[in-house]
Amino acid sequence: MTPPPAEAAAISPGAGFDPATPRSAPSMSIGLLGWMRANLFSSWTSTAVTLVLAYLIIRWTLGFLDWAILNAVWSVPGTGQNVNTSACREMKGIGACWALIGEKYRFILFGLYPFDQQWRPAICIAIFIGLYVVSAMRRFWRRELLVIWLAALAAIGVLMWGGVFGLPHVEQERWGGLIITLILSTFGIALAFPLSILVALGRRASNLPAVKALCVVYIELIRGVPLISLLFMASVMFPLFLPEGMNIDKLLRAQIAIILFAAAYLAEVVRGGLQALPRGQYEAAEALGLSYWQKTGLIILPQALRMVIPPLVNTFIGMFKDTSLVLIIGIFDLLNAAKTSIIEPAWQGFGTEAYLAVAAIYFVFCFAMSKYSAGLEAEFNRHRNR
Amino acid sequence: MPNDAVTADPRYARRPPSRGFSLSWRDPLVRNIFWQLLILGIVGFVVWWLVSNTMRNLEVRRIATGFGFLEREAGLPIGEHLIPYTPADTYARALLVGVLNTLRVAVIGAVLATLLGTVIGIARLSRNWLVARLAAVYVEVLRDLPLLLQLLFWYGLMQALPGPRQALNPVEGVFLSNRGIKFPLIVWEDAHSAALLAFVAGIAGTWLVGRALRARQFATGQRTPLWPFGLALILGLPLAVWAAMGAPFTPDMPALRGFNFRGGATISPEFAALLLGLVLYTAAFIAEIVRAGIQAIHSGQWEAAGALGLSRGDQLRLIILPQALRVIVPPMTSQYLNITKNSSLAVAIGYQDIVSVANTTINQTGQAIEGIAIIMIVYLTISLSISAFMNWYNARIALKER
Repeated sequence: MTPPPAEAAAISPGAGFDPATPRSAPSMSIGLLGWMRANLFSSWTSTAVTLVLAYLIIRWTLGFLDWAILNAVWSVPGTGQNVNTSACREMKGIGACWALIGEKYRFILFGLYPFDQQWRPAICIAIFIGLYVVSAMRRFWRRELLVIWLAALAAIGVLMWGGVFGLPHVEQERWGGLIITLILSTFGIALAFPLSILVALGRRASNLPAVKALCVVYIELIRGVPLISLLFMASVMFPLFLPEGMNIDKLLRAQIAIILFAAAYLAEVVRGGLQALPRGQYEAAEALGLSYWQKTGLIILPQALRMVIPPLVNTFIGMFKDTSLVLIIGIFDLLNAAKTSIIEPAWQGFGTEAYLAVAAIYFVFCFAMSKYSAGLEAEFNRHRNR
Repeated sequence: MPNDAVTADPRYARRPPSRGFSLSWRDPLVRNIFWQLLILGIVGFVVWWLVSNTMRNLEVRRIATGFGFLEREAGLPIGEHLIPYTPADTYARALLVGVLNTLRVAVIGAVLATLLGTVIGIARLSRNWLVARLAAVYVEVLRDLPLLLQLLFWYGLMQALPGPRQALNPVEGVFLSNRGIKFPLIVWEDAHSAALLAFVAGIAGTWLVGRALRARQFATGQRTPLWPFGLALILGLPLAVWAAMGAPFTPDMPALRGFNFRGGATISPEFAALLLGLVLYTAAFIAEIVRAGIQAIHSGQWEAAGALGLSRGDQLRLIILPQALRVIVPPMTSQYLNITKNSSLAVAIGYQDIVSVANTTINQTGQAIEGIAIIMIVYLTISLSISAFMNWYNARIALKER
């Protein structure tokens, strides 16, 4: 590249050329001011919109802070049946009643689990979160992860049920709160995932028309109806399906419905990955003389699943949120615990506080997953944007 | 071993592939048939087992099967109905009312969510930082909270409104109370029906004029703005018809009588909460689809449109959106399916949609299998119809490649 003449003159010494001192850009176009001019006040309409929005945001934020912090009631005298919530009643509409959360947070997190045993669900929640973190780290994306999952889920089962290692048995009716939401979503995904892979493979098996038809009917049927109808089926119809004397508790029935529901949606995501894989990969695997299961397990799935991890995580987020529907058939998940915590006359009318607290919990889990999925997607697509 | 030695060795000689039927495990066709028979057998056995259990259980519990109950009197009150209905009507009619309630909230919700979602999706790409950030925050927050939680929250807020006597009165004639939203109606007369007809005729006329103008532009290159014609036909014609018939106007204002309102029209708190929740939630997803669709259009299209001298709004409307629609329509289909299926959460806040009515029917008659079958058939029909329509629309706007 030839340098422009002015530059060439500047670098040749003793030419008698005195370069002008570099001037900085106009102060209105750099730094904070320049940024604001470009992004907030670029035109008359833009300026007007910015000012109106800024006014509304400041006003509403201040109003919210007044309600949520300055005027909030953080504790009330008494507990349990003898609680006196008149302080909250006086401030209703002016200040939040966070005393509700202080009083009920154990109920919202652990339901009716025996009070002195609540360290057990607490540890389970920690195991669940640890499991999510480990699964999110790419250095753990290998076969050993399966062992970690099996061990963690077994440990959670032992901790929750008890009856061994000197842990007193706790019947399932007393479980509730956040731990139910985590159990339903995590076990649901863990069991739906292998099923969804089989169904997705079945839907692509053009040499097995009967199997293919079966898988298509399953996927389209489940995706065509709302989850509620499956949950009603689990709660009302399922007992009719089983021989007399055999009974499955309600939580497990809801869990089965969630697994069947999630598997249909996951299967479509997995199918997307199978279709996106170039044909050459299938042909090369066949050329090596691999059997169908060797080809699928060693060549196809490792690549296809890797491609669809971001949409898989998005499906997981959907399933995590959808577990809240078990409220309708009367299972005590996180949302139902919040709804129930305001049933007592003393706490009636403080639904906003209870729902906001639970919303914060849901948001933390879903937002973390959503950010993770977006980051992964950007990383996978990096070669395209280069 | 050299290669030709292998082919020369008779042991390695390839037999011609036989397409004839030979009962050998090495024949893929035989294996395929075997595996399919096995899987079908297992599935068939499980289904038979479940059905036979169910039949026995029904017999033991003395539950009659069949849809005969549909002809019986329902005795089930439904607050909102689009067709005449009393509790003395049959279960069949009650279920039909439920289906219509589902369709009402789904259709209105889909239209509003599309409008709001498109606005937010475009706002996310705004050059104004504040607008873009606000839209992003909206999407992130609404998308990451369960819909049921949002519905319960909105319903709780609706119920926390004051009673009819202290109802909020933001605009003359509009009342917000825990009984719902009251707003004035016009007493309907023949002149209004005629004006409505004129309005429809005006839309059709505008469309015809638009076609003629476009044909003229293609032929002569001259552009004539359409909007004066549209204004005259769509607004002017109905107004003229209405005025010609004597311009009748008697408002039916809601007014407090005793403990409740009389007159005017009502939006129930259940419907309002459900619609609000569905629209806000679905709009967040639609906004993401619209944003992704617009971003999928190559930036050269924006630049070329700008080089032609189009304003940014015209660039979006004339150049970008028609192309983005091809990317947007397929995922939009699943959002419309979702809003229909999600409307089933109505049962949690007491809006009587098909799920809620069928659920009450199950509780009253014990006909669980029939009730759930009805729910599933209704949703499958709606889902398949939406899919079929959107596939037709998608094929219409698809790139015509020669």
